[in-house]
Amino acid sequence: MILSYFPGCTLKNKARDLDEYARKSAEALGVTLEEIENWQCCGGVFTTAKDEIATKLSSVRILKAAAEKSQALVTVCSACHNVVKQTNHAMQNDAEFAGKVNRYMAEEPYAGETSVYHYLEMLRDLVGFDKIREAVKNPLTGKKIAAYYGCLLLRPGKVMAMDDVENPRIMEDFIRAIGAEPVVYAMRNECCGGYVTMESPSLAKKKSTAVCENAVAGGAEMLVTACPLCRYNLEKNGATVPVVYFTELLAEALGVKEG
Amino acid sequence: MHNSNNMKEEIIRISGVNPTKCMRCGKCSATCPAYDEMEYHPHQFVYMVESGDIEPLLNSESLYRCLTCFACIERCPRSVEPAKLVEAVRLMAVRRQGANRMTANDVPAKLDDETPQQLLVSAFRKYTK
Ligand code: SF4
Ligand code: SF4
Repeated sequence: MILSYFPGCTLKNKARDLDEYARKSAEALGVTLEEIENWQCCGGVFTTAKDEIATKLSSVRILKAAAEKSQALVTVCSACHNVVKQTNHAMQNDAEFAGKVNRYMAEEPYAGETSVYHYLEMLRDLVGFDKIREAVKNPLTGKKIAAYYGCLLLRPGKVMAMDDVENPRIMEDFIRAIGAEPVVYAMRNECCGGYVTMESPSLAKKKSTAVCENAVAGGAEMLVTACPLCRYNLEKNGATVPVVYFTELLAEALGVKEG
Repeated sequence: MHNSNNMKEEIIRISGVNPTKCMRCGKCSATCPAYDEMEYHPHQFVYMVESGDIEPLLNSESLYRCLTCFACIERCPRSVEPAKLVEAVRLMAVRRQGANRMTANDVPAKLDDETPQQLLVSAFRKYTK
């Protein structure tokens, strides 16, 4: 299976592990991720304003590049995924917006044809958690892991359409598939403080600490995330357990982490 | 300078929000993780925009505290989607000449060794034009 892949700027820099282990694990599962050529940064956050056109063009170009190859598009970073999926949804549902965007597109217009999968959705829907379970060489048996969804992976629910927004299970199912034990806790889909840490580090501290304390109170020995900014905020604000990318755990379980 | 009616219409147009759907239940503010640091809370954005009381919002620090977490959008029982109003008012504020909230010169002091690129691009997208 060959899929288009958009890593995004952070995965090329501070979050190299998120990218490298995503690719290695995909190969081990029989999926080739073909990186989109000449992509540009998605901008990190989707703006809901209908008159913001230029800031969404990089996402549309990424989507269009996948459409030209008739491939589904995979993203890993929660933020990239949110921006690209919300942009795709706007291209499908807001004709006025799509019309304005297409004035910037050379050749063929784009109308939202590409299917966008978060890597976790790819694992669940295209590979299958059963197949992952079979491919696991080093199960993380007995490890208690708390999935941290944060905001961007699931919301807005009707656009992201990944899982039940208030009672998700995709990450818990992933944790089970690699042989570990999920810890379900109330704050798993609440915000870490996001980019507001630039304006108000104290707000980020309060939010991140609350998430971590809640997970640890539930017995978590580790927090797992798909978002570099969540990881940064949690670690910077004194997480008392390791915070790791889900792809790192997957690579470890599949036995492809080293070499 | 816009008058308040024009501003209200522009906010409604670019946000796509219909504030008259709000039933004043307060759930958006109850779920807002930035609540403690906001002078005007999500439900106040809704009724202040509805009544054309835009200027105080434009000048409020609340604009820069919204986390774009989409919780109020998700959890509003009337699908009012208050964060879209916050976003529209924030854009109206930072689009004004010289009103960028953050400049490249501010960045070095805020960086540390682990700062992800995502944080910088997100902050620039939210705080500048
Ligand atoms: S999107 Fe903004 S206003 Fe809405 S709940 Fe989140 S922080 Fe509060
Ligand atoms: S949750 Fe919705 S209906 Fe309730 S006060 Fe907020 S905007 Fe109004």
